[in-house]
Amino acid sequence: MELTGAEIVCESLLKEGVDVMFGLPGGAVLPLYGALAKYPAIRHVLVRHEQAAVMAADGYARTSGKVGVCSATSGPGATNLVTGIASAMMDSIPIVAITGQVPRAAIGRDAFQETDVTGITLPITKHNYLVMNVEDIAPAIKEAFHIARTGRPGPVLVDIPKDVLLDERTEFVWPDKVHLPGYNPPGEAPQEQIDRAAELINQAERPVILAGHGVLISRAYDELRLLAEKAQIPVITTLLGISSLPTDHYLNIGMPGMHGHAYASWTIDKADLLISLGMRFDDRVTGRVKDFAPNAKVVHVDIDASELNKNVKADAPVLGDLKVVLNQLLPKVETNVHLEWIKHVDTLRAEHPLNELPDSQELPPQYVLTQLARATRGESIVVTGVGQHQMWAAQYCNFQEPNTLITSGGLGSMGFEVPAALGAKMGRPDKTVWSVAGDGGFQMTLCDLATAVENNIDVKFAILNNGVLGMVHQWQELFYEKDYFSTVYSGNPDFVKLAEAYGIAGIRVNKREEVEGAIQQALETPGPVIVDFVVKPDENVYPMIPAGESVNEMLEQPPVETSGEKAV
Amino acid sequence: MSTNSDLHTIVALVEDRPGVLTRIASMFRRRGFNIASLAVGKSEQAGLSRMTFVVEGDEYTVNQVTKQLDKLIDVIRVTDITTQEIVARELALIKVHANTANRGEVIQIVQLFRANIVDVGAQSVVIEITGEEDKINALHDLLEPFGIIEMLRTGLVAMVRGQSDGRTSDSVGLEAYGQSSNGHGGHSSVTEASPNAAKQD
Repeated sequence: MELTGAEIVCESLLKEGVDVMFGLPGGAVLPLYGALAKYPAIRHVLVRHEQAAVMAADGYARTSGKVGVCSATSGPGATNLVTGIASAMMDSIPIVAITGQVPRAAIGRDAFQETDVTGITLPITKHNYLVMNVEDIAPAIKEAFHIARTGRPGPVLVDIPKDVLLDERTEFVWPDKVHLPGYNPPGEAPQEQIDRAAELINQAERPVILAGHGVLISRAYDELRLLAEKAQIPVITTLLGISSLPTDHYLNIGMPGMHGHAYASWTIDKADLLISLGMRFDDRVTGRVKDFAPNAKVVHVDIDASELNKNVKADAPVLGDLKVVLNQLLPKVETNVHLEWIKHVDTLRAEHPLNELPDSQELPPQYVLTQLARATRGESIVVTGVGQHQMWAAQYCNFQEPNTLITSGGLGSMGFEVPAALGAKMGRPDKTVWSVAGDGGFQMTLCDLATAVENNIDVKFAILNNGVLGMVHQWQELFYEKDYFSTVYSGNPDFVKLAEAYGIAGIRVNKREEVEGAIQQALETPGPVIVDFVVKPDENVYPMIPAGESVNEMLEQPPVETSGEKAV
Repeated sequence: MSTNSDLHTIVALVEDRPGVLTRIASMFRRRGFNIASLAVGKSEQAGLSRMTFVVEGDEYTVNQVTKQLDKLIDVIRVTDITTQEIVARELALIKVHANTANRGEVIQIVQLFRANIVDVGAQSVVIEITGEEDKINALHDLLEPFGIIEMLRTGLVAMVRGQSDGRTSDSVGLEAYGQSSNGHGGHSSVTEASPNAAKQD
């Protein structure tokens, strides 16, 4: 039977095992929505803004391990996806975005709601398609899913003109394989690379593992733990690598970099070998590259050849799929105890602890996260946006299971925390999901509280409400002579009343004593809940390695005020 | 990372479909790579084009260029052939002032270079020359005093000479084209994390 293009899209999604997608219809994509109505096996979650569709797909992909799917109409619908697509690209998240386009005859004529979305998303997708014939839809979608999920994952956009969706029919033929001669993601690493890496690991006296997002993507967490334990190597997890090893594992020594744990950064400084697994030496990790790990050789394993020797020169570059590579490597790595080194790392841990919480009347935001971690025993999924709340979550929460910190790491996108949490919950309905937000980020995407309500998506929203754009405010305090221009939010809504307006529970917390009870109450209340934690407004994130500097310039404590420069 | 800024010749086998050139150009722009010249045309295989890039940059940059090119889905194979035995040619059309008084002199220079005059007008001639870049530059310099009205150069096209190891083309091993060629491991010298990678100490 001949099907329309729109029906072929739906059939293709079924073939790919898609059971949920996030989107918002409009003129050009309406034929697809017409068809979706006849495919109840694909649950369509209607959002309030397309940015939420793609970010929910991101959260869903990370917790479910499947490809996240979103859709939008042409023009503004498609451009509203851009931030979420860029975030997924930076964080290597498999997403397929399907957009409607104006009819073929109108393309290039500046038609109503026409934008060149394949052009716009060229540098922020792993690949994209403009499908100009109905016969090409099924192969394009099959390729899109294949490209999105394999190798180093990433977002793929498929743009389909309205008339290709609506006016043409053809037989649905699902190709049995993809034809991509230019795309061969690596699996096993060449033996000589493995040998060289093993040699450096076996020779090292002060090795440290830098575990990145690749460990989670490749599902190599067991292999990571085996490697660390076999040779007694301390593990530092990057922001996106957090939860690849349980926080309380005795070899886990935290997060490095700008706002990482001071002892983690010092450990890197003293190490003689970095074993970098599926991470890309982001500037937030390295600071000034020439002073980064000055005593260390580098083993760098990545599935993306272009990451090897991009930011940091590798003595032993290894190209391959991390899980496969670690299985190749494990038998070659000798059992070791590294007694002196582990002792030294313990000393660093004792000498450079996380700062004690301020003893203030006002509620310290870090306290909220320590209580959240305690109440949920590190078993819930924490979704954050970007900024102070994100760094505190990374510093103070604990994570027992893989993929339990979901954050916009590379792009650092405010507003990620609300929609990504919705997707994260749908990907793991059995888990408690906390969306941890600042009052700034929360207001960027709070329109999709309606989506949570409409679909009864049980996410607990914790707002660390300090009434400022906290991280920017912190930079102004430290680097811009305390000129707090445009970072103070004086017109915030009453978030408890906002919850009421959406028909969900809202709790306000002002004092330490109320925190634990409020968290319990939120956990016991079915459905979405907003907890508005009114926190100390001028609290900053420490330690801090200022941008472009090194561990030697790290501020472990707030700088001491010099005379006459007291903050007001 | 080394500092010697050099010209590198890179050839790439790419899918011949709309948007491929845009993808490549966009990647070069976004990552701040400099293309000195770029030539594109059909290859010996239907559906595939071959591109020759001359890229300006140090070893680090060129390493990144080849890897980033290779990362594009539509790019099938990338090879930096700078240090290999290659045949490299460029074609130039040069329109130069020439009248009855000095046309003879121009013709003489053209003959010395084994170039051709492909158009003669009352006040100008158009010269076609094929050769390596230096040869074209040399002709250009000699013609300059006559007054160059217009010049157009195609950019370098380059090909590896027949090799003693029997390797004859960057498309060897692509017999599978037309079917899905799967399996792991790189598909060019680029993906193998490169032998020049481990030279930090």
